[in-house]
Amino acid sequence: MSEKSGAESGHVVAGIDVGGTFTDLLLVDGRGGGSARVAVAKTPTTTENQAHGVVNALHQAGVPAAEIGLIVHGTTTTTNAVLERRLAATGMITTRGFRDVIELGRRTRPQAYGMTGTFTPIIPRNLRLEVAERMDASGRVLELLDEEGLRAALRQLLDAGCVSLVIHFLHAYANPAHELRAAEIAREVWPNDHITTGHSLLSEAREFERGVTAAVNAAVQPILERYVARLSDELKMLGYRRDFLVMNGNGGMISAAHVAREAAKTVMSGPASGVMAAAYTARRAGVENLITYDMGGTSTDVALVRGGQAAVSNEIEIEYAMPIHVPMVDVHTVGAGGGSIARVNDAGLIEVGPESAGAVPGPICYGRGGMEPTISDANLLLGRLNPRKLLSVDSPVSVDDVKGVFAEKLGRHMGLDAVEAAGAVLRLANIKMAGAIRMVSLGKGHDPRDFALFAFGGAGPLHASALARELGIPRVMVPARPGITNALGCVVADLRHDFVNTVNRPVADVDLDLVRGVLEAQRAEGEALIAGETVRPERMEYAHSADMQFVGQTHLLNVPLPGPGVDRETLQALFEEAYFARFKVRLPEIRANLVNLNTSVIGVRPEIDLATLIDPAGRMQRLEEALLERRPVWFDDAWHDTPVYGRGKLPLDAVIEGPAILEQLDTTTVIEPGDRVTMDDDGNIIIAVRSV
Amino acid sequence: MTGRRATKLDAITLSVIQAALQQVCDEMDLVFSRAAFSPVIAEANDRSDGIYSAEDGSLIAQGAGGLPVFVGVMQYSTGTLIERIREGVTAPPEPGDIYIVNDPYLGGTHLMDVRFAMPVWRGGEIYCWLSNTGHWPDIGGAVPGGFSASATAVEQEGLRLPPVKLFKKGVLDPEIYAIISSNIRVADQRIGDIRAQAAALEVGAERLGEVLDRYGDETVRMAIAELRLRAAAQMRARITEIPDGIYRGEAYVDSDGVVNAPLTIALAVEKKGDALTFDFSGSSPPCTGPMNSVLATTLSSVYLAMRHIFPEVPLSAGAFDPLLVKRPEGTFLDARYPRPVSGCAAEVSQRIAEAVFSAMVKALPDEVTAAPAGSSGNFALGGHDPARGRDFVMYQISGGGYGGNARHDGLSNGCSTIGISKSPPIEVMEQAFPVLYRHYALREGSGGAGRQRGGFGLAYEVELLRGEARASFVMDHGRTGPLGALGGADGAVNTVTVWRDGKAHVPPHLSKEQDIPLHAGDRVSVGTPGGGGYGDPFERKPELVLRDVALGYYTASQAEALFGVVLSTDGSAIDEAATARRRG
Repeated sequence: MSEKSGAESGHVVAGIDVGGTFTDLLLVDGRGGGSARVAVAKTPTTTENQAHGVVNALHQAGVPAAEIGLIVHGTTTTTNAVLERRLAATGMITTRGFRDVIELGRRTRPQAYGMTGTFTPIIPRNLRLEVAERMDASGRVLELLDEEGLRAALRQLLDAGCVSLVIHFLHAYANPAHELRAAEIAREVWPNDHITTGHSLLSEAREFERGVTAAVNAAVQPILERYVARLSDELKMLGYRRDFLVMNGNGGMISAAHVAREAAKTVMSGPASGVMAAAYTARRAGVENLITYDMGGTSTDVALVRGGQAAVSNEIEIEYAMPIHVPMVDVHTVGAGGGSIARVNDAGLIEVGPESAGAVPGPICYGRGGMEPTISDANLLLGRLNPRKLLSVDSPVSVDDVKGVFAEKLGRHMGLDAVEAAGAVLRLANIKMAGAIRMVSLGKGHDPRDFALFAFGGAGPLHASALARELGIPRVMVPARPGITNALGCVVADLRHDFVNTVNRPVADVDLDLVRGVLEAQRAEGEALIAGETVRPERMEYAHSADMQFVGQTHLLNVPLPGPGVDRETLQALFEEAYFARFKVRLPEIRANLVNLNTSVIGVRPEIDLATLIDPAGRMQRLEEALLERRPVWFDDAWHDTPVYGRGKLPLDAVIEGPAILEQLDTTTVIEPGDRVTMDDDGNIIIAVRSV
Repeated sequence: MTGRRATKLDAITLSVIQAALQQVCDEMDLVFSRAAFSPVIAEANDRSDGIYSAEDGSLIAQGAGGLPVFVGVMQYSTGTLIERIREGVTAPPEPGDIYIVNDPYLGGTHLMDVRFAMPVWRGGEIYCWLSNTGHWPDIGGAVPGGFSASATAVEQEGLRLPPVKLFKKGVLDPEIYAIISSNIRVADQRIGDIRAQAAALEVGAERLGEVLDRYGDETVRMAIAELRLRAAAQMRARITEIPDGIYRGEAYVDSDGVVNAPLTIALAVEKKGDALTFDFSGSSPPCTGPMNSVLATTLSSVYLAMRHIFPEVPLSAGAFDPLLVKRPEGTFLDARYPRPVSGCAAEVSQRIAEAVFSAMVKALPDEVTAAPAGSSGNFALGGHDPARGRDFVMYQISGGGYGGNARHDGLSNGCSTIGISKSPPIEVMEQAFPVLYRHYALREGSGGAGRQRGGFGLAYEVELLRGEARASFVMDHGRTGPLGALGGADGAVNTVTVWRDGKAHVPPHLSKEQDIPLHAGDRVSVGTPGGGGYGDPFERKPELVLRDVALGYYTASQAEALFGVVLSTDGSAIDEAATARRRG
C-alpha cells in the first residue's frame, strides 16, 4: 500500500540512474536539520534485469530502504529494448491502404553518400493489418469503421501471439472517433491494457512520425510495465513501501504506476536527467545559459540550456528513421567518445572516429584486448589520465604497449613519435567535437560569450577547457560529482508535463481568445495530472511558448510567451525579435504565422542542498595540502611539469592557475595552461578559459 | 606554391585546417536551410555551399549536407565567372558584391538551381570564392516549377541569368531584383530565400575569416594546395585496388518527353594504374525534349556516383583529379544552347550515376550495388480548388527500391540517388490540396530478384476530390527497370495510370506527360521502380525467400518462378526436395 510522501524536507531522497555500464545512486539525507548528508553508490548495471543493480546500489549506500522517503529512478530499459530490438510482440491496425506507412518512411537513406544500409520497421509487415475506415483532413468521416473487420483483425493478431496493440488511423489527430471506438472494441477481446492509439501520444498530422511513436510506445509498454512491477516488488521486500517515480524524456518525473501508459517518453530519459541536473546545478550558481557536454565512452550528448531551462524538442529521432515525436529534452548525440578510434587515412591525414572501440574491446588501456588507438589512450599517453589508476597492477597492458601502437599505427605514417601522434589525435578530436557541438548549439544563432560549457560524464572534464577555447566560450563548469550527474538529475527533477496544440493561423487573423483558451486548457490539464501524483510539489511553474514562422516557411522558431493572454502586436514583435536574433534578417514584407502553442506545467520540488556532494570534512586548509603529485603532462606540443590535485581535498577558496590536473573518483579534469580555476559554494569548479 | 614548402606543413595542421574548412561549409549549409522559405531548400535541402579557389574556381571544400547532385558542380559556374571577369565580359567584384547566375551552359544544371557567388577578400585581394546553390520553387517559363516535359528550347523553361551582381557593396540591387521578381511565380516569398542565400555566404565569410586569422593566410593557402594533392592520393589509392581493364555500363532514359524513343547512355570506364577514364561516346545524340544534360551536370553526376562508392574521400577538386571524363561531344550529355535541360538534374543525372554503378559493380563487386530506382518520381497536379476559391500546385515526389549488394538486400522506398530529401506526409498533402490518397503502400514484387534482392518501390493512388486539375509526370524507368547486377534480375518498371471517368489512360511515353486534364473523381495511380537484384536469385537462402513470402513481399508462385524456392501448400515451410529439384 502506498502512502503520500508529503513535503520532502527532512526526508531521505534517493536518485538511482541505470546507465549502460554503471548503476549510480545518490542519496540526500535531510533528516536531523543542518546540511544534508549525502551517500553515493556505484554498482555494475545488471543488463538482464536492471532491478538487481538498483537493489545492489541501495545495499551499498547503507541506508535502510524503509527510511527512504522517495526514490526517483532513471532507467534505460526502454532505450535498450528499442536499440537492441528486444521488443514485445506488437500488432498494428491501420486505415485500409496504409499499413506500410511505418515501413516506407519518408523515402530517405541512412547516410547522404553510399547507396547501402538497411531498415527494419518496429512492427513486421505480417503483424500490420488493415480495416476499412477513413477520415478526411478536416476530420469528417468519409467511410465508417468496419467493426466486424476490426474484430477479425484483432483475432488474427492475438492468434499470431501479439501482446500489445497499436491502432493508427489517418487524420485521427483531427478526429479521434474511429481510433477511440476501435480501442473500445479492442478492450473487449484484448487480454491486457496494452493498447496504444496513434492520436493519444501525438495529436499532430504526419502519419509516419505519429505511427512510429505509437508503435514504439506499444512495443516497449509491456517491457516497462514488467520492469516497474519487478522493481516495485524488490523495493517492497527491502522495506520501501511508497510509490516511486520514474524519469521521463522531458526531464520531469512521473509516478511508476503511470509511467508505462506513455512508455515511449522514457526512451530518451537517460540523457534528459543529466541535462536537468546541469540546469539545476548551474541555476544555483547563478549561471542560466549552458551548453551541456556529457562525454562518455562511445558518444557525447550535447544540449542547450537557456534562461535556466533545458531546450525541449518534439522532433527527436533516436536512430535512422525512428522518430519519437513527443516533447523531450533536446539532446544531440555526437559520435565521439573516449573509445573513438584514430587512424591515418590514404591521404596521410589523421582521422578520429566515427568507428569506436566501444566498451568491449574498448581502448587499449582498458586491457580488454583493444588494439586500436583511441582518444582515451591519447589522454593516457599525454599524462592527462593517471596511468597508475587506469592500468591496475594486474592489467596486461603497459604505457609502453600503448606507445607502441601509437607509433606503429599513427606516428610511422606521419613522421611523428608516439607522443606527438597522441597530441595530434587529441587536437583533431577536439576540433571535430567543437565543430559538431557548434552545429547543434551555437550554430543556431547564439553568442558563445553568453554561455558556459557544463562538462560531465567520464570524459567530459578531460576535454572541456580545450573545447571551450575552440568554441569561444569563456568559462567551463565542472560539477562536484561529474560521474553521477544523471542520478543527481533524478534527485532534483520536478514533476513536469508538456503540451503541444496546433493552431496554424497567420498572426494577423488568429483568434486571440482561442490562443488564451488553448494555453489555459493545457495548463489545467497539467495541473490535474500533477494533482494526481503522490508527491506534492512545493509550488507550480508554467512556461508558455509559441512555435512561429513567416508565412511560406516550413521551419519553426520557438518564441517564449509572457502568459496565456497575449495581444497581436506583442506576438508579432516577439517573433520578429526572435527571428532577428537568430538569423540577423528582418522581413517586414512577410506576414508571421502562429503554428503551435506549447505549455509546460512544472510542479517544483523543494530545493536540495548540493554543498555536501563533496564531503566538507575532506577539504584541506591550503592548496598545497591537496597536491597528490606532479607529473609531466603534454600541452601545446611540449611537456609541462604539472601539479595533480585531489578534487575532494581542494579548499573552496583555492585559486589554481593552469596547467593542472584535478583527479577524483569518477573523472579527471584538465586545466590547460593559462586557464584559471575557482570554486563556488557548492564545490563546482569554474574554469576561466584563456582565449585563442 | 612549391611542393616542398607545402609538405612542410605537418599532418596535424593539415588535418586541423581541413576540419576547419569543412565546418565553414557545414555552417553555411545550416544557415541557408534554416533561414530559407522555399520548402525545397528548407525541408528537402535542395541546396549546397562551398569554398572555391580564386585562380580557377576549383573546389576547396563543400558542405557535407549539400544535395548530392551538386557535388563539384559549383566549381564550373565559379570557374566560368572568374574567366568572364578576367576577360572583361562580367564586371569585376568590389567588397560586398554577390553575383547571381543560373545559366545552364555556364557551368550550371537546370534553371531552377540559382547560384550566388561572393569573393572572400584579404588585404584587398580575392583570397577565394564562396558559392552556394539553391533550388528555387519557380523560375518562370511555361509551367510552374520549371519541369516542362515538352519544352524544346531553354527559353520555354524560364528566366536565364548570366552572372550579374545582385548585391552591390552589400546592398541588394533593386533593379535586378525587380527584373527577377517580375519573371517568376510566387515572387513575394523569394526575397526570404535571397536573404537566406546571401546570409549563408556572409556567415561563411565571417567563419573563414576567423580560420585565416588563426592559422595565417599563407599557411591555409599551402594547406589547401596540399589537401588537394592528398585527396587525389586518397582517391588514387582506392582506384589502384581495381584490376586494370575496361568496364562497361549502360542506362536508358525512357524518352525525352517530346520524341517517344529511348535515349541510351553507353559508358566505358577504363581503369589504368591509378586513374579512371569515363568515356560516354556512343550515347544518344542531343534530344529535342528537356532530357539533355549540360557538361557540368554530367561531370557532377560521375563524381556523385563515385562518392556513393567511396564516401570517405573528402569533397575537393583533388578527389576528382584521377577521374578523367572525356567530353561527350555530340551526345545528349553535353547539350549546348538552346537545348532544353530541365530534366538534367532530376533524372538524367541519376541515369548517368546508374551507368557508372553498372560499370563499377563489375570492377568492385563487393562495394557497389545493383541499380537503384533512381527517379525523383515527380508528379505535379495543378488546378483550381472551388471550395477554397484558389489555385493550387501540388508536387508528389517519391522514392523507390535500392539495388541489392554483396552484404544485404536493397532498401525499400529509398530517396533519389541525387537527393537526400524526405517525401511529404499524406496527411499534410490532404490538408493542403483537394486530393484523397486511396492507398500508399509497399509495391509488392517490385524488388529485382537476386541473391540479395532489390528493395521495393512504392504504390500509391490519389483521387482529385473537387474542381478541375492537370496532371504532369516527369519520371523514368517506365521502359526498363533498374538493372540487376552479376546475375540479378532488373527491378520492376515505373508505372503510371490515369483513371479518367473510370477509363485507364497510360501516358504514351510511359513515365512522362504534361497537362492531362482531370476532374473530380478521377484518379492517378503510380508504381515506382524496385531496385535491381544482385547475384543469382537461385542462390538466395530459401529461408529468406520464405520470410519474404510471409511478409507478403512476393507470392508463393513468384518465390518459385523467380527464386526457385518451392513452399509447402500452406506456404509456411520450404519444400526442400522440390526446391532442390527446381534449382537443379
